[in-house]
Amino acid sequence: MAKLKAILNTTAARLSALYLILFAICAGVLVFYMTGLTERLLLQQTQDTINEEVAGLARAYQRGGLPLLVRFIEQRSRQPGANLYLIADANGRILAGNVESLEAGVLDADGWTERPFAYARYGENELRGGLSPAQLQEEMARPAHQAMAAVYRLPNQMIVLVGRDLGEPARFRDVIRRSTLVAFGMMGIGALLIWLFVGRRALRRIDGLSEASARIMGGDLAGRLPVTGAGDEFDRLSENLNAMLARIGALSDGLKQVSDNIAHDLKTPLTRLRNRAEAALAGKRTAGQYREALEGTIAESDQLIRTFNAILMISRLEAGNSAEATTQVDLAEAVRDVVELYEPVAEEGAVALTAEAPGPVVIAGNRELIGQALANVVDNAIKYSAGATAPAVALKLERMADGIALSVRDNGPGIPEADRERVTERFVRLEQSRSMPGSGLGLSLAKAVMSYHGGRLEIVDAAPGLLVRMVFPAGGRRP
Amino acid sequence: MDAPYSVPAMKILVIEDDREAADYIQKAFDEAGHNAHVAGDGEAGFMAAEDGDYDVLVVDRMLPRRDGLSVIAELRHKGVKTPVLILSALGEVDDRVTGLRAGGDDYLTKPYAFSELLARVEALDRRGGAKDVETTYRVGDLELDRLSHTVKRAGREIVLQPREFRLLEYLMRHAGQVVTRTMLLENVWDYHFDPQTNVIDVHVSRLRAKIEKDFSGPVLHTVRGAGYMLRAG
Repeated sequence: MAKLKAILNTTAARLSALYLILFAICAGVLVFYMTGLTERLLLQQTQDTINEEVAGLARAYQRGGLPLLVRFIEQRSRQPGANLYLIADANGRILAGNVESLEAGVLDADGWTERPFAYARYGENELRGGLSPAQLQEEMARPAHQAMAAVYRLPNQMIVLVGRDLGEPARFRDVIRRSTLVAFGMMGIGALLIWLFVGRRALRRIDGLSEASARIMGGDLAGRLPVTGAGDEFDRLSENLNAMLARIGALSDGLKQVSDNIAHDLKTPLTRLRNRAEAALAGKRTAGQYREALEGTIAESDQLIRTFNAILMISRLEAGNSAEATTQVDLAEAVRDVVELYEPVAEEGAVALTAEAPGPVVIAGNRELIGQALANVVDNAIKYSAGATAPAVALKLERMADGIALSVRDNGPGIPEADRERVTERFVRLEQSRSMPGSGLGLSLAKAVMSYHGGRLEIVDAAPGLLVRMVFPAGGRRP
Repeated sequence: MDAPYSVPAMKILVIEDDREAADYIQKAFDEAGHNAHVAGDGEAGFMAAEDGDYDVLVVDRMLPRRDGLSVIAELRHKGVKTPVLILSALGEVDDRVTGLRAGGDDYLTKPYAFSELLARVEALDRRGGAKDVETTYRVGDLELDRLSHTVKRAGREIVLQPREFRLLEYLMRHAGQVVTRTMLLENVWDYHFDPQTNVIDVHVSRLRAKIEKDFSGPVLHTVRGAGYMLRAG
């Protein structure tokens, strides 16, 4: 019983119930409409027949007067399945025909009767004598026969009625009603069977998915949802959910690694911060020394805040669901902006900063992010080339076969090949750069920005020095 | 903060649900010579902001009962023009855009340094708005004409690069107020990130050389741990 309830609770069952109801309504309307139409047709046919009869009788009366008319009527009345015929005098007393009695008032008006009327056929009551009591009872239970007729008066005030029994349309209606009932019954049973079949099948698959997800939630993070190979919608769902699980797994692994790194790398500045405060408190100090210690503390905390912001930014970009505003960005302008921003710093370090960026080169992207990534790369280049003889940093914007490259070349010490992959990881600072200021996040951020734009960050040997190439896809970021 | 600045005391409303953070901000504002009130949720904040005659509102984005952006939008709808600084833990570029579009005037992402918040709040003071229409800024004997793009000190013209001119223009507009490095990067370069090294410092010291060398007395001061301030004497 619980199982049946579960099946009835499925979407498939609800949908099929809805369709069944809709279909039943449509079918009902159709049957109703067709029945009505057919009944009208039958009625029309009856009227036509009667009209013809009346015309025939009128001709007979003209030819032979009342006697011929009566003979005609007597003759036609005896035919099997005959129409109703009746001749009455001006007072409505029945003189001839096959009608024994009829509803009062029918003969009062000329022309077509306005509604069906009850009547009894001549000899019908005698006929009942031969019936068994049961049959008789059934016969009596039936409503009186219904008919419709045309009434007209002869010049001598006698009344002639020609009519037709309405049993046929009524029987027709009966047949339709019965078949409709049967059809609806069959439909209901069919729908129920389909529910049972589809619902149970769907339920089995869904239960499988539910169990698997419960297992995964329970801690079996490597577990995946079952795929039957049938290629149906459930398989597609499972495949997508599995892909999602894989992505979540990768993200959470990344997250774990990042938090390990963060914990490790933030410990150092925090310890330094604490030691500085402790040293300031130990022993007698002048106001100036306190101030200096506090300012150092603030500077250190600012650096920590900066580091946190960079970490958050990288995580957001890597999560890929970022809704950063994408606009049309002119890369040539970005190069000019960053060069303009860093020119004084370069000059101060006697670094020759040059740019070759014929523009405009417009792509879809985020100006802020591109600016920040480029600034980080240029910042590094200036920092590390400073020790070289005639230090120089050259920016170049050029179209490549597979996109647009923004390259920054310096003539500093470069990065040993073995470490080139590693430098874009978070917090990685190579041994020889430990003394330089920086958080170790600059290249990670640049890399995250590039992958956000669907591009890549290439780090190659410029012999001497380093060439960092930001390669954007030709059109920029695809939404 | 050492230098007692010339910024007049401001009445500030802080709408922030984090009790501890709000208390800290309030105390720090008070110590800086301002008068800060705190509202603990969006609804209370809205009522206070609508009735109170505040100079600046500091609104957290995520608030109980009513979120910060809707408070700001409703205030703006009711014609309350008090400058608003939005505090946010989110802080993607897009958030900044939505925040400013909802009617905020500035945006600061958590975690932030209080000196940054203070400098930005003081820069938002509505009395600064009048400077939009002024064509000439004057600090001591330093004079900047926004129409002819000329700078003079003691009557002598100083030639500046376009970017240096914009830098000085911003500093003069906020003369007597602390201006942080990120505020300069945002308003002069239109970038909202933190430059890793001292790029802004180098720009400022270049400008300083031009407007102070050969002249008597410093005007462009460094406020340690915070930023810069342009002030006569």
